[in-house]
Amino acid sequence: MIKKIKFVIIILFFSFIFFVFFKGLDKPNSYLPKKNITEIDTSLVFKNLYDQKEIVLGELISKNSFSIVNIWASWCLPCRDEHEYLLKLKNLNKINVIGINYKDKKSNATKFLSDLGNPYHEVLIDLDGTKSIEFGAIGVPETYLINNKIIVKKYIGPLDQSKLKDIIEIIKNEKK
Amino acid sequence: MLNQIGNYSLYIALFSSFFLLFHSSYSIRNKSKSLDSKIFSALSVQTLMVLISFFSLIYAFVVSDFSNVTVYNNSHTTKPLFYKISGSWGNHEGSLLLWLLVLTIFLFIFFISTKNLSNKYRIITVLFQELIIIGFLLFILFTSNPFLDLFPIPKEGTGLNPILQDPALAIHPPILYIGYVGTSIIFSSSLAALVCGMVNKIWAQHIKKWIITSWIFLTIGILLGSIWAYYELGWGGFWFWDPVENVSLMPWFCLTALLHTIIVLEKRNIYQSWTIILSIATFSLSMGGTFLVRSGILNSIHTFANDPSRGIFILCFLFLLVLLAIFIFFIFQKKLFKNLVKPLLVSKETAIIVNNWFMMFFLSVVLIGTVYPIFLEVISGSKISIGPPFYQKLMIPFLVPFLLFMAIGPKLKWIKDNLSKINLNQIISFILSIVISYLIVKLFGISYLFIVPLFAVGFFLLFSTIKDFFSKNSSLSQKISHFAFSLFILSILFNGIFAKEFSSNMKVGDERKFINKVIKFENLKIIEKDNYKSLMASFKISDEKRSINLNPEVRVYNQPRTLTSEAAINSTIYSDNFLVFNVIKDDGYYNVRYQYKPLMMWIWFSIILLSVGGILSYLKKND
Repeated sequence: MIKKIKFVIIILFFSFIFFVFFKGLDKPNSYLPKKNITEIDTSLVFKNLYDQKEIVLGELISKNSFSIVNIWASWCLPCRDEHEYLLKLKNLNKINVIGINYKDKKSNATKFLSDLGNPYHEVLIDLDGTKSIEFGAIGVPETYLINNKIIVKKYIGPLDQSKLKDIIEIIKNEKK
Repeated sequence: MLNQIGNYSLYIALFSSFFLLFHSSYSIRNKSKSLDSKIFSALSVQTLMVLISFFSLIYAFVVSDFSNVTVYNNSHTTKPLFYKISGSWGNHEGSLLLWLLVLTIFLFIFFISTKNLSNKYRIITVLFQELIIIGFLLFILFTSNPFLDLFPIPKEGTGLNPILQDPALAIHPPILYIGYVGTSIIFSSSLAALVCGMVNKIWAQHIKKWIITSWIFLTIGILLGSIWAYYELGWGGFWFWDPVENVSLMPWFCLTALLHTIIVLEKRNIYQSWTIILSIATFSLSMGGTFLVRSGILNSIHTFANDPSRGIFILCFLFLLVLLAIFIFFIFQKKLFKNLVKPLLVSKETAIIVNNWFMMFFLSVVLIGTVYPIFLEVISGSKISIGPPFYQKLMIPFLVPFLLFMAIGPKLKWIKDNLSKINLNQIISFILSIVISYLIVKLFGISYLFIVPLFAVGFFLLFSTIKDFFSKNSSLSQKISHFAFSLFILSILFNGIFAKEFSSNMKVGDERKFINKVIKFENLKIIEKDNYKSLMASFKISDEKRSINLNPEVRVYNQPRTLTSEAAINSTIYSDNFLVFNVIKDDGYYNVRYQYKPLMMWIWFSIILLSVGGILSYLKKND
């Protein structure tokens, strides 16, 4: 009798493990962000790429004006393509560009920026990719146009001429 | 053409598997006394076919046959021949083929080396092993076929990740796999022994060889992986508690426990159920590791192919095997010879059980640390990340009693012993160890007192294992392995505590002071190689006594375009000098990281010695 109970318990235990693993596989996108994130969490704390100092996101997001948050990585090829548009954005001077370095090696990231130029006013690191999820990011590159905590628009994939135009339009319209 | 050869030989191997499955269950049912030569021929055919298919894949890599998808994705014509060959198992599909190859070769060796054992036992082992082989064959053929055609045939391949172009990493997977796959033989044969009711001394004696073989390969495989991580990843560490590393460590703990328990079974004929459970667990952990690594369920720095359909296949297969094992265990448990002799408290048997408890504890820590994030996420949806502090905080305190038992345990006798044997020598060496560790802590001004007992038991184990070399009561291989383990623990402790790190931005000609050393950045040159360009720096590190030159590199590989930094390491028996540099900005400054790591060589050396202990056990006749 005791043997039977043991047997049943063991089988149940393994079935439970099976179930959990199965579920875990069932959503291979287990790091899927919530859809419809409209507001960013300003209490998030990031480390700076260069000096590892901790920064609260809220301090970087400019009040009452636009900020751009760009999620990138040195290993991401489309990020190279969009780079020139980010540099253009920085040259607008009116807008605060924040880069989030996603699952990257520090050496590669710094090399990337020194080679292609640094379009960011501040580079933050997200080593394991969990913080980008708070933005609702599903991959790299992704760019967020933010106005005072509110995500105005989200661009999935590399920026290009038309997206850049779109960003500039939105900012202009708001100013009016 | 190669693709067809590879593919068809796999199908023939699958066919032989089914033949073996039916034929062996048929001969068990008919209780045929004479062993059918058909089983031997089918096994030979199967091994040959898998060999052919494996070599056709290697050949496809060697001649850069880009009509093969796997070759196209992982090779390139400019790659050196050595890495073309190792590239054939450096990817998901090829590595599974390698796994299958080792499975079949092992079964073949098992079959021809067990002629003196009962036929029923041999056939049932073949039966279980064929179940595993069929699983892998189906998995390869239907979810990860390495012989898929590509048309039109591209002119050039996409290349092997340069970080994998490394001699240690080229042989790391085969060695590790031999260790993993060896556990499958242990699994099948322990189930067979259970069914035949022969979980006894004779079986223990015979399976011990397989356990030691797997253990040696697993140990060396893990070692090669760490050595690679040490000089290639450029972090200066050798173990990161990364899930993929943990996955190889878990079967190791289990196998180490089994290695000790099987000796008790061999000498005293007790702990039968526990031996079987450990055998099942070891293999399940090896397979579970494959699942965790290959399915992409883990979020790890090792990025392997992420394909849920593969994951579901391995998961179902794994759990079918586990359920089968549980059923067989419960049905045939009655057959286990009930040994009512309870081991006495002070005896070698008990000491080995204590070893097993510790192994199980370490195993649980690693297991929980690795899979708990998955469970938590599935059940509650929240994400956590478990890092080195978790493992260190949970494991280090328990090392103290563990090492203490390790020092005392081997000295105990079988069946019964008494503690009055603790003699003056031991007490003196114990006090001596405490004094030494206290002095070390005092002299070097280490702030955490907890290091004292850790050092003390480390030294105590070292002294008592050294003393054991002069006594006769245990085998040479055990003495060497335990001695090596004490060396290992001590070198890790010294290494961890006395390591020094320096990091700064420097340009050519700069000099920096660091403790009693001067680091000078002498020059920088560019070197062109076949498949990469290299930026080679020259650093001089000098103290009062001597100076060394270090030449770290930053390499730009052409295919695929990747940047790697090669650390420069100067190793002596006392310490390693580790230097790595990175390009930061265009203004001529480079980020330089220098690490002084004492006794690094001893960590590698002690692990090699640990395996040598295992190898030596083949040499001695059963005593």
